[in-house]
Amino acid sequence: MRSKILGILVLVLMIANLYMIFIFAPNEATMGVIQRIFYFHLPFGISSYLSAYLLGFASVMYLIKHDLKWDRLGASAGEMGILFTSMSIMSGALWAKPVWGIWWTWDARLTLQFLLGLIFLSYLMLRAYLPEREKKAALGGVFGVLAMVDVPFNYLSIRWWRTQHPQPVILGGGLDSDMWRVMIVSFCAFAVLYAYLLDRRMAIARVEEEVEYLEHAILAHD
Amino acid sequence: MSPVIAIVFKDIVIEMRSKESVSSMLMFGVLVLTIFSFAFEPSSIERSLIAPGTLWVAFSFAAILGLNRSLAMEIDNDCLQGLLLAPVDRGNLYIGKVASNFTFMIIAEVIVLPIFVIFNNLKFNLQFLEIAGIAVLGTLAIAAIGSILSTISANTRMKEVMLPVLQIPLTVPVVIASVEATSMVLSGDTKGISSWLYLLAGFSIVYLTVSYLVFEFVVEE
Repeated sequence: MRSKILGILVLVLMIANLYMIFIFAPNEATMGVIQRIFYFHLPFGISSYLSAYLLGFASVMYLIKHDLKWDRLGASAGEMGILFTSMSIMSGALWAKPVWGIWWTWDARLTLQFLLGLIFLSYLMLRAYLPEREKKAALGGVFGVLAMVDVPFNYLSIRWWRTQHPQPVILGGGLDSDMWRVMIVSFCAFAVLYAYLLDRRMAIARVEEEVEYLEHAILAHD
Repeated sequence: MSPVIAIVFKDIVIEMRSKESVSSMLMFGVLVLTIFSFAFEPSSIERSLIAPGTLWVAFSFAAILGLNRSLAMEIDNDCLQGLLLAPVDRGNLYIGKVASNFTFMIIAEVIVLPIFVIFNNLKFNLQFLEIAGIAVLGTLAIAAIGSILSTISANTRMKEVMLPVLQIPLTVPVVIASVEATSMVLSGDTKGISSWLYLLAGFSIVYLTVSYLVFEFVVEE
């Protein structure tokens, strides 16, 4: 029931969001139509940070409580993280090519986002190569904690590293009020989409666990 | 004898007999320095700009090799099982492994570093000692995080592949800080070097503490 409501809400909000972004939003003075990517790019970026927080939180909770529910949350957040970091990097590259003239630069923000994606990826690879369910949860949890501790060091080192080489600033002055309205709708739409995807992914994780359990039970019975 | 010293002693005795870990790290480090000499024009002016990078590529990749070796040694004859059966706090096991990994990495680096100096026509003066100091800090950071990650990767299929996949993204701050500090020393402009050294020291302290606390979850059955 909850997922149905969320699903319908996502559908309605996304249609409204697309209308707002492509028809309602005013054209930006210097960048023109390209600036509309920004309404996707920012929610993608924020969703990827949210995934990182969720993964760190779920890892700590699993190590304390030893409840597989937290591990399912961590694994789902990891997958959402890789989804949204890649989407934010891709949408950013699409925007950067016409505006900066380059797909990619080792700017602090870009580097951090890329590194965040790599960490999500290694978390998921670790899980994929662990055989047992409990090992997956425990070692995934430990790696999640280690990765979470790494984030402030990454942030500091990359900031210091890049401040020696000034880079183009991503956002200049304030946004137009109409643009803010579009941005807020876009945020709401993507927040609900995130909740919906996470809810579905966790439901699938539960089913996967049941299937695995049943497979073991059948094998043991033979 | 305290458990930490006992573990280090055991590892050193094994290493004295097999000489596997240090020799492979040493060979690998020298090979990385060599291949970089071919990859970039030697004696060009850019050479001094990339020199710190080559040194730390050599150190961090050689460290991964050594860490893989040190865990493979424990897994091979179920030695890890034996260690776990000993009435020793799990955290102390971790500290012991860090200490022995750190020792072997330092031994390899003590030989690689002069070769680096000779290849790059640097001088054996105070600069050299400063770089050695940075190497000690950076290596401690790599050993601190590498020892727990290698134990994690030992549980997976494809152990040797998994360690770099886990370790490289997490050691990015160490590599940035060490390379920046080294190039500051080489260029003679050491203004602001202390923040990099603090970062390296902070990284080691934080990871030693966190890993000490969570290590029992890694080895529990």
